Amino acid sequence: MAVTTMIGASIQRREDPRLVTGHGAYIDDLTRPQMVHMTVVRSPFAHAAIRGLDVAAARSAPGVVAVLTAADFRAVIGGGIPVANAFVPDKAQVPDQFHVAESEAIYQGEAIAVVIASSSYAAADAAELVRIDFDPLPAVMDVDKAIQPGSPLVASGRPDNIGWDAVFPGGDIDAAFTEADVVVKERIHQQRVLPVPMEGRGCIAEFDNYDNRLTLWTSTQVPHFVRLFLSTALGMAESQVRVIAPHVGGAFGSKIRPYPEEYLASAASKLLGRPVKWIEDRSENLVATTHGRGQVYDIEVAAKRDGTLLGLKLTQILDIGAYHGVFSAFQVVACLVAGGPYTWKAVHGRSIGVFTNRTSTDPYRGAGRPEATHLCERAVDLVARELNMDPVEVRRKNFVKEFPHPNNFGLVYDSGDYDKTLNRALEIVDYPALRRRQEELRAQGRYLGVGLSTYVEICGIGPSAATAPAAGVALVESSMVRVHPTGSVTVTVGTHAHGQGHDTTFAQIVADTLGVPYDTVEIRHGDTNESPFGYGTYGSRSLAVGGISILKSCQKVVDKARHLAAHVLEAAEEDVVHDAGRYHVKGSPETAKTIGELAFAAYGAGLPEGMEQGLEAVTYFDPPNFVWPFGAHICVVEIDAETGNVAIERYVAVDDCGNVINPMIVDGQIHGGIAQGIAQALYEEVRYDESGLMLTGTFLDYLVPTIAEMPHFETERTVTPSPTNELGVKGIGEAGTIASSAAVINAIVDALSPLGIRHVDMPARPDRIWKMMQEAKA
Amino acid sequence: MTRSITVTINGTERRDEVEPRLLLVHYLRENCGLTGTHVGCDTSQCGACTVHLDGRAVKSCSLFAVQVDGRSLTTIEGLGATEMHPLQKAFWSEHGLQCGFCTPGFIMAAAQLLADNPEPTDEDIVKALEGNLCRCTGYENIMRSVRSAVKAARTPAAAAEPVQVGG
Repeated sequence: MAVTTMIGASIQRREDPRLVTGHGAYIDDLTRPQMVHMTVVRSPFAHAAIRGLDVAAARSAPGVVAVLTAADFRAVIGGGIPVANAFVPDKAQVPDQFHVAESEAIYQGEAIAVVIASSSYAAADAAELVRIDFDPLPAVMDVDKAIQPGSPLVASGRPDNIGWDAVFPGGDIDAAFTEADVVVKERIHQQRVLPVPMEGRGCIAEFDNYDNRLTLWTSTQVPHFVRLFLSTALGMAESQVRVIAPHVGGAFGSKIRPYPEEYLASAASKLLGRPVKWIEDRSENLVATTHGRGQVYDIEVAAKRDGTLLGLKLTQILDIGAYHGVFSAFQVVACLVAGGPYTWKAVHGRSIGVFTNRTSTDPYRGAGRPEATHLCERAVDLVARELNMDPVEVRRKNFVKEFPHPNNFGLVYDSGDYDKTLNRALEIVDYPALRRRQEELRAQGRYLGVGLSTYVEICGIGPSAATAPAAGVALVESSMVRVHPTGSVTVTVGTHAHGQGHDTTFAQIVADTLGVPYDTVEIRHGDTNESPFGYGTYGSRSLAVGGISILKSCQKVVDKARHLAAHVLEAAEEDVVHDAGRYHVKGSPETAKTIGELAFAAYGAGLPEGMEQGLEAVTYFDPPNFVWPFGAHICVVEIDAETGNVAIERYVAVDDCGNVINPMIVDGQIHGGIAQGIAQALYEEVRYDESGLMLTGTFLDYLVPTIAEMPHFETERTVTPSPTNELGVKGIGEAGTIASSAAVINAIVDALSPLGIRHVDMPARPDRIWKMMQEAKA
Repeated sequence: MTRSITVTINGTERRDEVEPRLLLVHYLRENCGLTGTHVGCDTSQCGACTVHLDGRAVKSCSLFAVQVDGRSLTTIEGLGATEMHPLQKAFWSEHGLQCGFCTPGFIMAAAQLLADNPEPTDEDIVKALEGNLCRCTGYENIMRSVRSAVKAARTPAAAAEPVQVGG
């Protein structure tokens, strides 16, 4: 099949031949001459005073090169890890987090010392010989108790356990509630979950003491951020630090922040003069890599008797963990988008960030938006239930219909057609027939449920006008497009893919925009020495911000080539046409210069007056707005009355992410996203005992779904282009996760509604459902 | 203390001195340089390290290198050494991978299935692959990839061919 237009085509990914044959280069596949291996000695306690540390036996163990503790690192690393503003610039407290604990360990898995040895086996053996005299202290684990005055403290010396307490008023909430015919209330839990990329974290630090240069290979979503943070902490110029992100085996938000181990390995390499490798094992990953969600919402919804939504009050209580995650407060965005795709007179949010003796939470796929969708879609169903209305009708009645639409917080939804995705999803499942079947099965004592989730999400993070005040930085994105003298093209970008297929998608954009063969376009990312400063890949931003940056760089190249073509063709520039990589004078397509020919000329002599040699362009793209994908997901479940097991009978997703560059890749993102939402809805939860010990510390206990648990996903799309950017694209990396937990839980509650059950918390494991059914029947 | 082992890996015999406690997966990765076999957990749940031992799929994290003395191994690098295996083509054409970290394990597990049963049902596929974890795909396209490879084996002319691009 010949493909002449790349944009919109399901091109097979160029990334894949090496990956399917085992020739990828993930962090643990790399090695360096003279490399040594680092193992981190961690706290087994959630909270303990460190009374003593004896490393003598470890130091003299076979193969050990060094055992380093806080004092060694304090001499090299100039400080802890900065915390981003992320919607809450005025935090109640920002405790300093050094990279290893010194006098007090305040979460299970906190680093205390490192052992460096000739092999990973030798390092692990010696780590067992490090003797730490712990004095266990009470662990603060319950957020409701932790916020009470006089609560035990997560760490000594802190005034209390409050990280932030911020109010987000979106309109006159009292007036909205005054008009209400009905008010419904609920407490909704967002349990702690683990991101669990199949590859854990890891890095190799190589410090060159002769040139005072550091190269760090690290499994990250944000190589430029890591360089910025590291160079500052190590007292180095950014130009002395090179960060390279190799193939990254998944991340889901857990590899956005720089982590202690990246600092520790870098400092160790500087101290030892040898490359230092650290590879996280899975047990470490579950305690030492940031967690997701960990929130409780108290919501109140005001509505009129006809189903008109009036007001939404929510209080988000967010379990920060022991220290702020670098971006944990980003999840406060849940308050700002809690209104979903509906019109409200007012939405009023309050967010309380609470410290506990747990691993930090930080963004995990969706980061605040899955939580917002979940509470909003539950709220709408609760209203429908209260008013005995069809949940479809309540949604239709309240959908935003005109765009652009400023929500209650002034965030402007760019485009949408919410009825269209909902109607199509209802058509696919044959909603009326489904409801009839539900009635029939109920008569037989069977529990069939239909759950809707009509979501809108904020992504394409983000416009500096919004992100500079909220996040403290302008989250623009960069690209450099260089056409070489022979016409081949190198593109370097500031984003860094970890499974999203950017090499393919971005090359499709470049091929079409420049009019060059796809195979002549090389996309390069992940090396701070190659690309302009970039903010990285997260927040469904790489296409809507980074991709547009590439488009604009290409356009600059096309414009310069046109100027040159006019000179070569001896025509006025306005008469020169660019058509699929060929420049010709209007009306004379037979005499054309290809972009490759013009590139060769561009590096030579005889250029137009004032034109510099070369054919390349750099763009930092600052989008005028966020982009707002939306859609309708419908989940059909049947619950086994004997066991409480939930079986997903159908899962239908109709999503709209604007124009699509590569439909195959977009479908893949939707599949994976839905799966993670279903996983949270039905299976996954980080659990602890009272002392703060994690009970779900391996894959034996933490239930990542397998192929046997996942249903078939029926996906379709509508296309409502975004007016925010020239390609009309939105984002799709998180949409599936943002939508799906609500669809599943709404289906379960719908199934159980004959028993009078009006809410079910996640994960809806069989034991929980079975108990609820027994209690409801009693 | 080390022991000498002789192993045929991807058709080539080699002899190594290894510690008795050395895991097979680490032997393959560190001693043999075959880094396509990945480590995704430490409790033998994820299957990223799946290889073939005398033609049977095994999780190489759950064996010691000394246990494969005198035996024959195939890793992902050996599966499609001359031409891509139909499963490798199918995972490519059906977008059966995203980050790619779990992929070698899935392909090795599925290759065992197809060797045993060229016409597996969906239920057979699920049974064969439920010992492997993927976090990116939701398994939808992994299922499609295996089905596609089955179909390609049935009708070689319809084998998954890459889309021709750049023309």
